[in-house]
Amino acid sequence: MSLEIHDISKAFGGFRALDGVRLTIETGSLFGIIGPNGAGKSTLFSVVSGFARADEGQIRLDGQPLDSLSPPARARAGMVRTFQVPREFRHLTVRENLMAAAPKQTGESLLGLFFRPGRVREEEGAIAERVNQTIRFLKLGAVADQPSGKLSGGQKKLLELGRALMVEPRLILLDEPFAGVNPVLIGEIMERIAELNTRGIGFVIIEHDLEALTRLVPELAVMDRGKVLAQGAPQAVLDDPLVREAYLGGVS
Amino acid sequence: MEAYFIAIGIIALIYVILSLGLTLQYGLTGLINFGHVGFFAIGAYTSALLALKGVPLVFSFAAAAALAGLAAWPIGLVSLRLRDDYFAIVTLGFSEVVRIVITSERWLTNGVQGVPGIPRLYDSLGGSVAQLAVLVTVLAVTLVGVWIIRRIAGSPFGRLIEAIRDNEEAVQALGKDPARFKIQVLVVGAALAGIAGAFYAHYITYIVPDQFIPLVTFYVWMAIIMGGVGRVSGAIVGTAILMLFLEGSRFLRDIVPGVSEVDMASVRIGAVGLLLVLFIMYRPQGLMGDYTKR
Repeated sequence: MSLEIHDISKAFGGFRALDGVRLTIETGSLFGIIGPNGAGKSTLFSVVSGFARADEGQIRLDGQPLDSLSPPARARAGMVRTFQVPREFRHLTVRENLMAAAPKQTGESLLGLFFRPGRVREEEGAIAERVNQTIRFLKLGAVADQPSGKLSGGQKKLLELGRALMVEPRLILLDEPFAGVNPVLIGEIMERIAELNTRGIGFVIIEHDLEALTRLVPELAVMDRGKVLAQGAPQAVLDDPLVREAYLGGVS
Repeated sequence: MEAYFIAIGIIALIYVILSLGLTLQYGLTGLINFGHVGFFAIGAYTSALLALKGVPLVFSFAAAAALAGLAAWPIGLVSLRLRDDYFAIVTLGFSEVVRIVITSERWLTNGVQGVPGIPRLYDSLGGSVAQLAVLVTVLAVTLVGVWIIRRIAGSPFGRLIEAIRDNEEAVQALGKDPARFKIQVLVVGAALAGIAGAFYAHYITYIVPDQFIPLVTFYVWMAIIMGGVGRVSGAIVGTAILMLFLEGSRFLRDIVPGVSEVDMASVRIGAVGLLLVLFIMYRPQGLMGDYTKR
């Protein structure tokens, strides 16, 4: 069971953002992607989640080809992404953000809404219960009924994680979950991710904070200029001379 | 005087129905529809022409809603791939296309000469009783419209269209297809505009293409901006302010000397424009507060 990224290339004009990226990631694992700015990490997420089209290459999730699927269809296939800059529904409360993310709601069809009100009420009750659990799990209780636009950067990151969880995916792609988050909250987010992973949810995590990432993931890949330089256990990867050259600026 | 107030009431309620559609489309979903009058025109002509062919008004009204809603479907399919500003331009273009088609398809619409003699509602009751019956009917339909929009706004569907307004890509990332929701919103809003058009046609009894210019769309926009975007109460209050000014400025003629009848029309539009500017400067969230103030 894995996410297979097969020889993906993507150019913006003359700039090759992704240049034959090949990665195989176990769906239930914790996997990190690091690399300097402009390495192509976020572009890789966009291509994998369907928000950008690859020029070449294929992507499969547990054997299912994703290439012709739209972004929502890929999410429904079990793989949900978050964004580097949080995209909360800012005029909705934290609770409403999470409720909106729950899949397969009868009340989201106008016919269901007007002709099956009983069922809609029932589902809303069940979703509200799951949302309460998620709020408790992410310790967002204090801000649950505030407009999400007013949250701090770290709380928004947690909310994005919570929304992704509401979709009940097998794999979550997190784009810099620790960026702009205070150290206490980073520890908390890491704990949550590790705990979710024990429940079988896989994570692919793009991160600048090397130290945080190496504590969390047993395996990572290093990208630079659109290519994967190395893949493996954190220490082995960081000792790789190519990686030291590219990512650490050749400091020995 | 009583007849005058009933007449104002009917026109105001027709504008409220139009505002409800735009509240759903723009206030809740963020769709910038600058072609609302196009659906209003389709409704007006559909019901008028069918009624003149002898179709009972119940069916001609239903057809007005259905045809206006149906017209929104292809607009949705074509333009939902477009960015907000392009969508606005496409809808504005659509309403002008509707007006030009109405103007040129003389065999169907009698062109610029318009369609006279459209049957009134409750004509057999006669005079002021019929007027009152029309007012009550428009009021009842408006209340049903209010109920529908409020029901949608407070539902999972409403939650999702507000999410689309706030961030469409995030909605996609959660496995939901914004296009499906936007098309439904466009169709429902257009159907409401169609019904408003039918009421208008059967009330005025004489429609010409020039009644369906973009100014009508922008009056509705002004109403929801002044009332408060994204709120049903805003649509109602905003329409009330708009009517007060449009109608109230009629009497300016008696107060302000030296302004001719023709100039007065421009003064009215100027007055309403000034009002809008003042609102945007001093109360941008509208009188009832908009969706950003919850």
